Amino acid sequence: MRSEQFRELAILPGANRYGEKEGFDRIALRPGDTVSIVGSTGSGKSAFVNDIEVLAQGDTVTGRSILINGLPPSDDMVRDPAKKPIALITQNTRVIADLTVERFLSLHIKARDTDAHALVEKTVALANEFTGEKIAPGMRMTSLSGGQTRSLLIADAILIGQTPILLLDEVENAGIFKEKVIRCLKHYHKAVIFVTHDPLLAMITDRRIIMKNGAVTAVLEPGGTERDMVLHVSGIDAFLVELRERIRAGDLIGADLLKNPVVPA
Amino acid sequence: MKLVIVAGPPSAGKTAVIRQIVREFRSTESPVFLKIDVVRAFEDEELRAEFGIPARKVYSGDLCPDHMGIMILRDAIAWAEGLKAGMLIVESAGLCLRCTPYATQSFGIAVLSAVSGSNTPLKMAPMIALADVAVVTKTDLISQAEKEVFRECIRMVRTGLDIIETNAIQGTGMRYLMQAIAAAPEISDPETITLRGTPPLGVCTICVGKKEIGWQHHFGVIRPLDAADNLFRGD
Repeated sequence: MRSEQFRELAILPGANRYGEKEGFDRIALRPGDTVSIVGSTGSGKSAFVNDIEVLAQGDTVTGRSILINGLPPSDDMVRDPAKKPIALITQNTRVIADLTVERFLSLHIKARDTDAHALVEKTVALANEFTGEKIAPGMRMTSLSGGQTRSLLIADAILIGQTPILLLDEVENAGIFKEKVIRCLKHYHKAVIFVTHDPLLAMITDRRIIMKNGAVTAVLEPGGTERDMVLHVSGIDAFLVELRERIRAGDLIGADLLKNPVVPA
Repeated sequence: MKLVIVAGPPSAGKTAVIRQIVREFRSTESPVFLKIDVVRAFEDEELRAEFGIPARKVYSGDLCPDHMGIMILRDAIAWAEGLKAGMLIVESAGLCLRCTPYATQSFGIAVLSAVSGSNTPLKMAPMIALADVAVVTKTDLISQAEKEVFRECIRMVRTGLDIIETNAIQGTGMRYLMQAIAAAPEISDPETITLRGTPPLGVCTICVGKKEIGWQHHFGVIRPLDAADNLFRGD
C-alpha cells in the first residue's frame, strides 16, 4: 500500500499475561503521527510492534487486532510484503542476502515494480545522511555495520518501499543520527512508532504508550505540558552526543566541555 | 485421506511447520507422521510425545533418502489408512535438493529459511518449482526489504507460486497454509499416484523417469517400509 492510500491504522486491545484487558479501547495512528512505546524489559514492547507488523487478527499471544483504514487488512496486504504498509526495523535487523548494496536495492525496486533508475543512488544518498560511516553502492550488504544497515533500511522504506508506517525498535542504539531520521520521517509525513529507552525520543513524540506485563497500561498525550523539560533534556542529550564524539575521537575529557552553552546547570 | 509432503533443506524449519499443521488438524483429521532420514532422526519421537499421534521414521542408510521415500510411499499410505488417519504427513530428509519428493494427489510444501541466502531458491529450483506452496520461515530475523528481495528470488524460479511467510515457532502467517491444506484434495486412488517430476540421475528405475510409487513397481535396489536391509530385485 502506497502512502497516499493510507489514512489510519488502528490497534484494538488484547489482554495482558494474566488475561486482563488492556488499558485502551483503540489506538489510532495517522500519517505524520509519532508514538513512542516505553516500559521495562520484558513488558511487551516488541510484541506490540510485532502485532502491528504481522497485522494480527486476534491470532497472536496478545489477542490484539489491527485495522487498516477502518477494516481488517485484506489477505493480499498480509501476505505480500510489497503490499504491506509497514516496515519494521529493529536493532537486531540483519541483512543476510549475500548481495551488493546496489543489487539488493535493485531487486527491491524490481519487487515493487517501481521503474526508477536513479532510485538506487538517491536511497544510498539518503542513508548516508543518517549515518556517519559512508555507504557505497558496491559494498556487500553483509559487510555493512549495524548503523549502516539500519540507515539503509530506513532510507529504503522511505524511498523504495514508500511505506506509510515505520516501526523502529530501539534503533537509537544502532549508531544513527536519530534527530535527522525523525526530521526526515516528519518531512515525508510517515506514521512512526518508536520502541525506545531514550528519554528524549520518548518525550518528543506526540504520544507515549506505557507497557507492563505484556499489555498497554496507559497512553499519554503530553500536549505542550512537557515543553520546558523537552528543551532541558535536549540540552543534556546534545551534551552527551558531544561527549560521546569526543570520547570516540580519543580525546581526554576536560572541564572545557562544560563551557558548551547547552550544558544544563 | 490427504497426503502432505514436506520438503526442504536441513534446518529450514520443516518440523516447526509440521508441528503447526499437526496442532491445527489434530482433532479433525487424525494426522499420522512419517520421517525419512539417513542416519538419525528425532522428529517422530518429538511429535509422538507432544501430540500423541502415530509417528514413525525410516532410515535410508546407504540408500539415497529420496529414492527411499519414493520406494516406501505406497506402503506408508497403506500404514496410514490402516490407522484410519485422515492425513499422512511425510517429512523428507532434505539433502541434495535436486529431487522433488512431491507426488500427484498430494499437497507439496517446500520449506525454506529466509536466512539461507538469496541464491538458495535458484539452487533448490526443482523442489520449489513443483511444490504447491513455498513456506518461508524465520522471517522475523530479516527486514521488510529483504523479505521482498527473497520473495523476488523465489519468483525467479516460479512466477506466481503461492508463498507463505512465517515465523513457524510462533505460528504467525500460518493461517494461509492451513487454509490451503484444508482446501487440498484427498487421495483419490493410491495405485495411480506418481511423482510430479523426474529425479535427475539416470542410475535407477526412478532416476530414468519411472514415476510409480511403491517398490513393487521398481527394479534394482528397492525397499519396503518394514525391512531393515537393502533389497535387490532384478537380474
